[in-house]
Amino acid sequence: MKSLEELKALREKMKSQVEIREDDANALRVVVGMATCGIAAGARPVLTAFSNGVQERGLRGVSVVQTGCIGLCQYEPIVEIHAAGGEKTTYVQVTADMVDEIIAQHIVNGKPVNKYTIEAQRIG
Amino acid sequence: MFRSHVLICGGTGCTSSGCDAIISALQQEIDKNDLTREVQVVKTGCFGLCALGPIMIVYPEGSFYSMVKPDDVSEIVSEHLLKGRIVTRLLYDETVTDTGLKSLNETGFYKKQMRIALRNCGVINPECIEEYIGTDGYEALGKVLTEMKPEEVIDIILDSQLRGRGGGGFPTGLKWKLARTIVPDADQKYVCCNADEGDPGAFMDRSILEGDPHVLIEAMAIAGYAVGASEGYVYIRAEYPIAIKRLEVAINQAREFGLLGNNIFDTDFNFDLFIRLGAGAFVCGEETALMTSIEGNRGEPNPRPPFPAEKGLFGKPTVLNNVETYANIPRIILNGADWFKSIGTEKSKGTKVFALGGKINNTGLVEVPMGTTLREVVEEIGGGVPNGKKFKAAQTGGPSGGCIPMEKIDIAIDYDNLLQIGSMMGSGGLIVMDEDNCMVDIAKFFLEFTVEESCGKCVPCRVGTKRLYEILEKITAGTATLKDLEKMEELCHYIKANSLCGLGQTAPNPVLSTLNFFKDEYLAHVNDKTCPSGICKDLLSYEILADKCIGCTLCVKACPAGAISGTVKNPHTIDKAKCVKCDACVQKCKFKAIVRK
Repeated sequence: MKSLEELKALREKMKSQVEIREDDANALRVVVGMATCGIAAGARPVLTAFSNGVQERGLRGVSVVQTGCIGLCQYEPIVEIHAAGGEKTTYVQVTADMVDEIIAQHIVNGKPVNKYTIEAQRIG
Repeated sequence: MFRSHVLICGGTGCTSSGCDAIISALQQEIDKNDLTREVQVVKTGCFGLCALGPIMIVYPEGSFYSMVKPDDVSEIVSEHLLKGRIVTRLLYDETVTDTGLKSLNETGFYKKQMRIALRNCGVINPECIEEYIGTDGYEALGKVLTEMKPEEVIDIILDSQLRGRGGGGFPTGLKWKLARTIVPDADQKYVCCNADEGDPGAFMDRSILEGDPHVLIEAMAIAGYAVGASEGYVYIRAEYPIAIKRLEVAINQAREFGLLGNNIFDTDFNFDLFIRLGAGAFVCGEETALMTSIEGNRGEPNPRPPFPAEKGLFGKPTVLNNVETYANIPRIILNGADWFKSIGTEKSKGTKVFALGGKINNTGLVEVPMGTTLREVVEEIGGGVPNGKKFKAAQTGGPSGGCIPMEKIDIAIDYDNLLQIGSMMGSGGLIVMDEDNCMVDIAKFFLEFTVEESCGKCVPCRVGTKRLYEILEKITAGTATLKDLEKMEELCHYIKANSLCGLGQTAPNPVLSTLNFFKDEYLAHVNDKTCPSGICKDLLSYEILADKCIGCTLCVKACPAGAISGTVKNPHTIDKAKCVKCDACVQKCKFKAIVRK
């Protein structure tokens, strides 16, 4: 390492990876249903896609966590996004392919991707 | 990229309570559940709450598992890591509330803490330089080398009013300035680090080395640039194997990354760092003795002046700071002197790390702003005295310090307040004593330590502390007179005034401060020949109250010395000549018929 730029590049890369260890009560929370039903429906790749996507973009104040069965097993994998203010958006039958779009539209730009939400599926 | 990080404390405390077995069990379970690419296991330094070890924190949830056993690991993996169901029964109970989980920062132990020196301990993997860099590591060194003149670095440290955390509290900036200026044409200068932490009960320097070794390397390189030194030595005691290993790993990584060596950050600044192991002599924490020991000689102090800034290691100008002092440096450079000055009291800025020990619930390591009261540290952070006992005193400063009694518990802890009441900050050991501790016995304990650790070079310390110890022995044996008490006090002042180095000059402090605050206990030993706390065996006697004894014979069976006799259903008696004062009979008796006097 010979320059400050090199140090800075490494710092930015590592920062997004160690940031997961911060306790941030005001974080936006991405909650992925990882009960048996969720895992069977393919929640694990969805979970890792969210986690990686958030870290790769270096997004601050976003926490990707798991939860158990929400009760709508036929709509798993289910992902809830809880905004810091308490609003909740529920995405259903999420696949890893949708994750990029949800991160870009919803988490970064603050506009929920309506076509994937539970309301779009006409239930509840 | 990992979606979850499992942090396991790998400090000395948790290592001795078995964290390595947990880590290997965890790796196995993670492999078994095919989570290797999703979950990262990180062995960190000390979290501070040593009483609850082994400790594990799982992120992103921030779940704090305490006293984890290898058998718990498979449940943590299959429930929490795989399915996201937190294993509530293993959580630190302070984090569990009726409405859900509380953040660790909201618990009594952490709430009033402020972590500057310990900021990376328990957060990063100490053996991974990238993680240190990810938490702004080496940014301060880069800034100093590329943007600042050495004088500007010294000015920031001077302006921050940082004082040495090893005990004396000398202004760090002034030390650096003297080392830079006092011998302008020196061909070689040295930067040294005192990691010889010798106070019984203090372990903050060890924990910083174990949890964040790179901070020391970065700070010493900054000091080297500021004073004009190209070589540094870390003097660390051989009893700290984990700290030594992690520092070695860190130094090698820093060399690989070009952060130690020649032309650091493409400037003409060269700096390298070497480790020297000490054999654990208390006197080698004294700066002149420490440097003598680094030079390969017998660790004995030398008279000052000349001070190390003028003539130190190998006769060259040397700057010597302790680990915790260095750990503050990079933060001060990055956040500025004003930020640092905004923390603490008028004359003591920043934070101080304390090692809590003795009769306290949360044994461990805490960092609080200067000016935090002793009551806050003991009752809120420390969780109070166990078993419903009453707080009697806290001992700070180890064998060089003194006691703070109950009536002074609201003292705001800083250098000057502690000195004023006859104690001292020392390196930050804080030992809590309850009503069962005899203060004369405590003074004797510390004197025994200094007698053993006196290097023998000067008479006041070598002979004086020994004589002082003998008087204390007389007091606890019940053979002392009031004349002895007077002599003892006189001898204390004589040793303080005439000893060569800090060891002797401060050795009588535990005696003087207990004599000051607990004179009645001394008088009870001397005049009444009793030990109010029931510790000094020579002064104890046991008696059976005939009107309370029902002759159940339990005490007879409990007595290991065969000192109790009597027949069933008749009051028993104790043969005082045979009694070894072990207290076993008192604990067995259900009728409170045996009294200790």
